[in-house]
Amino acid sequence: MLDLHGYGPRLLEGAGVTIQLAVLSLALAIVLGLLTASAKMSRSWLLHRVATLYTTLIRGVPDLVLMMLLFFGGQMALNLVTDALYDRFGVDWYVNLNAFAAGVLTIGFIFGAYMGETFRGAFMAVDHGQIEAGKAYGMSPWLVFRRIRFPLMMRHALPGLSNNWMVLLKTTALVSVIGLSDMVRIAAEASRATHEPFTFLIPVALIYLLIASVSEWVFLRLQKRYSVGFGGH
Amino acid sequence: MQDITLWFQDLLAGNLIFTPQTLGYYWEGLVTTTQLVFLSLVIGLVMAVPLAIGRSSGRRWISLPIYAYTYVFRGTPLLIQLYIIYYGVVFFDGIQETFLWPMLREAFYPALIAFTLNTAAYTTEIFRGAIKATAKGEIEAARAYGMSQGLMMRRIILPSAFRRALPAYGNEVIFMLHASAIASVVTLMDLTGAARFVYARFYAPFEAFLFVAAIYLCLTFAILYLFRWLEKRLLAHLKPA
Amino acid sequence: MKKLLTVSLLGLAMAAGTAQARDYDHVRIGVDVPYEPMEYRTPEGELTGFDIDLGNALCAEIGVTCEWIEQEWDGIIPGLMSRNYDAIMSSMTINDERRQTVLFSDPYFTPPSAWFAPTESELSEATRETLEGLTIGVQRGTLQDNYVTDMFGDVASVSRYSTADDMVLDMQAERLDIVFLDYPVGKATLLDSERRDYQVVGEMITEPKEYFGDGFGIAFRQRDEALAERFNEALATLKADGTYDEIHERYFGEE
Repeated sequence: MLDLHGYGPRLLEGAGVTIQLAVLSLALAIVLGLLTASAKMSRSWLLHRVATLYTTLIRGVPDLVLMMLLFFGGQMALNLVTDALYDRFGVDWYVNLNAFAAGVLTIGFIFGAYMGETFRGAFMAVDHGQIEAGKAYGMSPWLVFRRIRFPLMMRHALPGLSNNWMVLLKTTALVSVIGLSDMVRIAAEASRATHEPFTFLIPVALIYLLIASVSEWVFLRLQKRYSVGFGGH
Repeated sequence: MQDITLWFQDLLAGNLIFTPQTLGYYWEGLVTTTQLVFLSLVIGLVMAVPLAIGRSSGRRWISLPIYAYTYVFRGTPLLIQLYIIYYGVVFFDGIQETFLWPMLREAFYPALIAFTLNTAAYTTEIFRGAIKATAKGEIEAARAYGMSQGLMMRRIILPSAFRRALPAYGNEVIFMLHASAIASVVTLMDLTGAARFVYARFYAPFEAFLFVAAIYLCLTFAILYLFRWLEKRLLAHLKPA
Repeated sequence: MKKLLTVSLLGLAMAAGTAQARDYDHVRIGVDVPYEPMEYRTPEGELTGFDIDLGNALCAEIGVTCEWIEQEWDGIIPGLMSRNYDAIMSSMTINDERRQTVLFSDPYFTPPSAWFAPTESELSEATRETLEGLTIGVQRGTLQDNYVTDMFGDVASVSRYSTADDMVLDMQAERLDIVFLDYPVGKATLLDSERRDYQVVGEMITEPKEYFGDGFGIAFRQRDEALAERFNEALATLKADGTYDEIHERYFGEE
């Protein structure tokens, strides 16, 4: 069943690429999102401005255009630096920005902006009294963050996080356009070679549905866990 | 006016990338993108209203198939849907001989079909949420008045649901604008297609993509302000006095 | 922080001395797949084709190891410049526009371009008059794209594809009336196809030179003259000892 004119194993490999790409991008997006949320809530005028500019610009431009800009343009910008290094110095140093790394960086960068909004809303929803209580207990700021702010914030952030993850998962399909061999690209390649688009595209659509359904279940469990003690959820 | 034309010519003179020819491509791209997004949104909206009512129905044989449709179209990438429709229509035997072919032959219509089905699925769920959130009191009041189910839907539930759905629908419109960028993978010369053409011809990624990003940004803001204005007008009565 | 680093690195670079050639023992070659029969994959994923076999033979002759790196055509020259690979061997035609950016080897293959249309179409030549109102397929960013865009872009509608395979699929679906391709690619994907009958329309096209250049060459970064020279010598050797003809026959048969 999984042979698919010999393309079966490669299609599975492609599914692996899609999942890795999605998970790594999510990790990067969460880090960037936390940073952006902190910057937006900080008292520094500059940090606030930079974070606002980042989220506004990213959310105003299509993912695919950003991806092409960062992937093709990023390569060109890097080459200016490394070429100069090589010409002047003979230093043969280069950053090999392969399609996978570029994909993770770009998707992480794009979704960092969306996560920033999610986390900001969630941090603001945390009951301030709880934080005061932590401080009164003599907890260090880091401990307050880890024990009180973060877990409380997560309860509010989870619905948004789950939503962002679902969109991010589907966005990974776009990397096939910039040349990364994810499952969409391999399916498209196989459809062309065999002239049987349904044979390859429909299984890929089903894999996406499967990943989405599993994630939904995981997020429900997480939601329950972080809602412990709030009752009724 | 003449001054502007002259100034424009001066600006273009000596510029290898933004020639009248490439600007023409960007302009055509803008027209294609606008047509594609506008048409798919309008048709999708018209489809979504009955679908949302059906989805809210208590009868499972009505609501379940609609749920399956929205689940599949919201759970898979639009790119896959576009590929399936664009490459798939060809495999209906003899499609080339039917009256539909002159349309399906162009990349525009398969893309329009894919985008419409996609946005209709999202919009259906947005409306369903809004219908579900109708205040119990409003429904009870309508019942007490002796309104029929259909009249209640038309007079009470839908008007208030539309207003509640407005902010989420605004996001959907922006989402569609951005999603339409993938039309270029099936040869449509939309805005992104124009940028890819300029990039491939001049190896100039910054010029090609930054320019098009700026256009998308302007369009996004235009939509954003349009919906803010609509919300202000239509939701004014919900604001705390 | 990143910006600061870039700026200081640039500053250092400006202040430093002259360029230095590099000795290669491992050459990474960029290639856009699929472009049958020049470069394509078997269903198992194995890379093959005229460019691939010739490239491997050249590397063996020079005594370096070769690694093929896949890259979409759109970004293939930027990828060379940013050293994702050291050479491009991907049916790239030598022309003046590209010469400004990259250094080419001697031409290793000189195929013409040709128009392909279904046999039942009534086209017998491709001119501005006969192509008016038709849909023409080309691969985005190729010299065929440039030629068709400039010569026929105002009378016909041009559909641009990322890969030649996409184009062939749409040709078979009857979405395109005619395509303009490197002749060997059109032969392998259209003329030899069993799904529908195709024919070459009009003459093979090699002129004007500003579009069609001087045949396929291997592209290097401008400064890698020594490396290009080693490939040129190896190419001459393979042509002399019959290896080249053998590879040619494998993909194009005897002509």
